[in-house]
Amino acid sequence: MATATCTTNTPKIGEKPKLLVLRRISAYFEGVFSPHFDLIKAEESSLPLPAFLSTHCRDIRAVLIAAPYGMFGSSLLDQLPSLGIVACTTAGVNHIDVDACRKRGIAVTNAGEMFTPDAADFAVGLLVDVLRKVTMADRYVRNGLWMLKGDYPLGSKVSGKRVGIVGLGSIGSHVAKRLVAFGCPISYFSRAPKPNYPSYRYFPNVLELARESDVLILSCALTDETRNIINRDVMVALGKDGVIINVGRGALIDEPELVRCLKEGVIGGAGLDVFVNEPEVPEELTHMDNVVLSDHRAVTTPEAFKGVLELAIANLDAFFSGKPLLSPVSC
Amino acid sequence: MDKIGVLVAFKPLPYLEQELTRRGCRLFRLWETPESPVLEFCRQNAADIQAIVGNSNYGADAAMIDALPKLEIVASFSVGLDRVDLPKCKERGIRVTNTPDVLTDDVADLAIGLAISVMRRIPSADKYARSGAWKKGEYTLTTRFSGKRVGILGLGRIGLAIAKRAEAFDCPISYYSRSDKSHPNYTYHSTPVDLAANCDILVVACALTEETHHIVNRAVIDALGPKGVLINIGRGPHVDEPELVAALVEGRLGGAGLDVFENEPHVPEELFALDNVVLVPHVGSATIETRTAMADMVLGNLEAHFLKKPLLTPVV
Repeated sequence: MATATCTTNTPKIGEKPKLLVLRRISAYFEGVFSPHFDLIKAEESSLPLPAFLSTHCRDIRAVLIAAPYGMFGSSLLDQLPSLGIVACTTAGVNHIDVDACRKRGIAVTNAGEMFTPDAADFAVGLLVDVLRKVTMADRYVRNGLWMLKGDYPLGSKVSGKRVGIVGLGSIGSHVAKRLVAFGCPISYFSRAPKPNYPSYRYFPNVLELARESDVLILSCALTDETRNIINRDVMVALGKDGVIINVGRGALIDEPELVRCLKEGVIGGAGLDVFVNEPEVPEELTHMDNVVLSDHRAVTTPEAFKGVLELAIANLDAFFSGKPLLSPVSC
Repeated sequence: MDKIGVLVAFKPLPYLEQELTRRGCRLFRLWETPESPVLEFCRQNAADIQAIVGNSNYGADAAMIDALPKLEIVASFSVGLDRVDLPKCKERGIRVTNTPDVLTDDVADLAIGLAISVMRRIPSADKYARSGAWKKGEYTLTTRFSGKRVGILGLGRIGLAIAKRAEAFDCPISYYSRSDKSHPNYTYHSTPVDLAANCDILVVACALTEETHHIVNRAVIDALGPKGVLINIGRGPHVDEPELVAALVEGRLGGAGLDVFENEPHVPEELFALDNVVLVPHVGSATIETRTAMADMVLGNLEAHFLKKPLLTPVV
């Protein structure tokens, strides 16, 4: 895992390299970047973006992309002839035309593994919650029902459940490591088998993985291949006691079908941090007690943000001093 | 176990009740008449009761034991035996069994689940996601669990199972125990306060005895501090509950995940408004898999006793 530390050789005033910021960033982000870079903020200009870029950004070598606000592609790249690096503070780069950047010799860096531990922790937390009914039991207690109605219905044991991980990348492998300590046998689907993990069982497709799993944990990137990778067939294969945990992207699951499968008891439960059209959460899910829902907070910890911002600064510093980048995105 | 009289102190798992009946036991269901005094119930049926099946809340104290002259065995549907008067049983020659090992995983799983739940505010997240109030672009910051220092009070079966899981999250492990276990990877602290001062998450995982009553007191809570989190999967009386509640309400303690309380099913209502606590109704071993295994252990111990075979898990 790439570790990043804040650079201590902050340039003198007037010598800070210019860093283009297209959209408004938080005061926190600004506070972290401004000691190191001369922030050129496109949104503060009254000029429309293309005019701003062509007027003020011909010499811009670095741009910071802090959130996915629309595609950063050729039309913008054409206005930035000196651009050499696109530093993203997100793990996913679907909002960057990485191919177009590569063709122009522009490097793209991302959040590396800075979000990984929190995403993995949250996946495990959701799994324990769904199987052991933690959130529901907490609600039961707070509503005074333990006094009134007695013991809460039994949950299902987490240890030893067969876990199937969809996408054994950084997050998936960290989830696996955690659940191994719970005595869970690990299987996975990935584009290719991973020789680094000989004790995890590889399946060439998600359907077969689901058949041999009690739990599916989704931790892969959203691409054309993985959109709706969890469909009805997969859920039927997972079975009536099966649980799906999603800390990837909402669109990995056929969401209307998920709702149907939960309603009909085709699967047993789900823990969902992400949805197809956030912040919209399918209304029917909000009435179910065999699901745990979350507001896309799996990775938002101060520790992750600190790490991500330090990594972005380290990547930018490396770029400006001609050194190897720490978390370049490979196409 | 034909015609053996068994006093069942609590409402049992249906499987356990069915199996006891199938084997010919006569069941005396103490839990069915909560208004009837326990001792009176015992005296009325004293001639017939040879066994008690108790649990973490209902055991056999000295008065009950005295009221049951035919009592031969107390088979507890729990691993903790703080509700059974063990010296009295020993004195009377009454056998006592519990259900160790089969529930270790469940309790350890819950301890870790509660810690993540508290630190990442999962119940709050769920409530918010269901509320319709979630706005685009908003995100909630919650503190990371991985890498936090985990301190465990009691390094027995359950403590070790918790440590093993926490290690997988890169949490440095330290512990307090009656004696130094010289564990290669875990740091020993000779007092609970010292342990609390040196960890971020303190987990109670020891047996409840006279010595460990209120082991988590004001001094320990102060040492754990405003960023510290307490996880209790032991017994309610391990913690000075009024002190805990005050510390949480006043922000002197960072959070708590509680499975047990001093006076179950009563939970201090001041905790209900806090989103840095997670409260569950004594569900440490509450899975169908584990409760069935515990029932099998109780049945196995009872059968062994009445067939004059060695007990499976004797404590006395």
